[in-house]
Amino acid sequence: MGISKIWVFGEATDAGVTASTLELLTKAHQLADTVEVVMSGDAAAVAGVLGAHGATAVHTIGPIEGSLGGPRIASAIAGAVEAGTGPDVVICSTSYDGRDVAGRLSAKIDRPVITNVVDLVADGDRLLGSEPVFGGTTDVTTGFTDSGTAIFLVRPKSFVAEESGGGPAEVIEIAVGDLGDTGSATVKERFVEESSGPKLDEAAIVVSGGRGLGDADKYEMIETLAKLVKGAPGASRAVVDAGWVPYSYQVGQTGKVVKPTVYLACGISGATQHLVGMKGSANIIAINKDEEAPIFGIADLGIVGDVHKVLPKLIEALEARG
Amino acid sequence: MVWLIPLQGTLLGMIVVVCVKQIPDPADPGALDPETRTLKRDVKLILDESDSYGVEMGLQLVDAAGEGEVRLVSMAPNNEVGGLRTALAMGAASAVLVSDEALAGSDALSTAKVLAAAIRRCEPDLVLTATESSDGYTGTVPVQIAELLGLPSVTFGKEIEVTDGVATVKRQTEAGFDQVECPLPAVVSVTAGVVEPRYPSFKGIMGAKNKPVDELDLAGLGIDPATVGWSGARQEITDVAVAPARDAGQVVHDEGDAHERILAFLDDLKVL
Repeated sequence: MGISKIWVFGEATDAGVTASTLELLTKAHQLADTVEVVMSGDAAAVAGVLGAHGATAVHTIGPIEGSLGGPRIASAIAGAVEAGTGPDVVICSTSYDGRDVAGRLSAKIDRPVITNVVDLVADGDRLLGSEPVFGGTTDVTTGFTDSGTAIFLVRPKSFVAEESGGGPAEVIEIAVGDLGDTGSATVKERFVEESSGPKLDEAAIVVSGGRGLGDADKYEMIETLAKLVKGAPGASRAVVDAGWVPYSYQVGQTGKVVKPTVYLACGISGATQHLVGMKGSANIIAINKDEEAPIFGIADLGIVGDVHKVLPKLIEALEARG
Repeated sequence: MVWLIPLQGTLLGMIVVVCVKQIPDPADPGALDPETRTLKRDVKLILDESDSYGVEMGLQLVDAAGEGEVRLVSMAPNNEVGGLRTALAMGAASAVLVSDEALAGSDALSTAKVLAAAIRRCEPDLVLTATESSDGYTGTVPVQIAELLGLPSVTFGKEIEVTDGVATVKRQTEAGFDQVECPLPAVVSVTAGVVEPRYPSFKGIMGAKNKPVDELDLAGLGIDPATVGWSGARQEITDVAVAPARDAGQVVHDEGDAHERILAFLDDLKVL
């Protein structure tokens, strides 16, 4: 008894395979007899790193150029499931494209998705997913009651990527079925936005701003401070909703989960929505005017004070150090 | 299961369907029903703030098109309309609301099946959704709807323009954004904060009371109750546990030297 075959949706950028793909492979390798990747693009170029993290094969639909991957990858997986050569479990990362793949596949093969998973546990020959609810105060574990294909969407940073010594994964081409109109969206141009520092979910230090900053202009202090400590700027949902910064900055339940060495929360009260996204940080510093703010309940260092006074002095002191 | 939508003739202008969810107020965190282990739903529902951006964007697109209207679709227990009235007061023309006892326990796929069937009745040129709801936040419903309707989708849209039956969408990516072109009809999910949702005017609020809300049950939509709700979920919760708590540390009041405390803390960690 056990889980025989897991497929992980593999994502890669120009910089190589994404960290979350390797995290998922590492965990899948501990859970199943066979772990394989399904992806688009040049699989041969990444077969080594995928193999080293536990994949024995990588199924690729080939280059997709300007097309969106979601419908194509989902179609390829659904085709394998229908042919009886598919996996028992499909795992995608809760990324922009991972959600497209899981959602499309779910509707195609009429299987629900277990979402927002932060831990995976084997239970005989099925897999269970654990999800934090109510601001991370409660963990709910869910599994499928039948033997059909199980689909999981797992949050980045849930597992630590580790090599397990495998050789390069075997590259196998996999066919995409008839997409009808579903694949007709095309990328005309890609824009890279200025970001000199580390990525939000990979940075060792995250400096986040919230409503307590008062207005949009003041968010600049967060950017400046993040740059000075070589960290990444983040934000609470309230300031994303207000349009101060884009959605990609959002830390929380409906945003990114971050686990930096230091999380500095500035003017963030600590709504449950936000705490879910950052309570796994190794060290938390919070600055807030309101002594009763829930953020102080989880902060290692809590400063009851005005961000408009504390941050300029902190910036000045860091600049003085060069 | 794929349903084809006939593209609505341009005689009616642009029809934008916005999927809206009515949720318990997020300021009131809610609880799990100890027996069914699903969210308790016995409180008054409001419009999910995440959906107000789609409503606003739909209204702006219809304005830009010069002709057309925004139609809402929603699924809620007990024919709840509180949240729908807010979106109607903003300017949506009508709503389709699906309520049925057999929908209790519905997961994202069940929800998508119901919404897709309701959307079909509206014959849209464009379907807008939020990227995820504030209470369930699975984030899969938009693409599930698109797949069920056989439509293309662009998720995490920051800006949408429609010209000659093609939507040009700026889609959020890890690196920045992609400019994506997508023939209509299509499903686009909209990220929060990209437009400023208008406040309903007094006239809008009064007018919303008389706008048509088409209330349907599963039979009315032609959906087999066995494929949705508890019976469609095919999942069980095996465990509910209290998560390990994180302890509070030191809390100090700023006496003008708080920045020094922070620097000392960072120095101790050797992260600078």
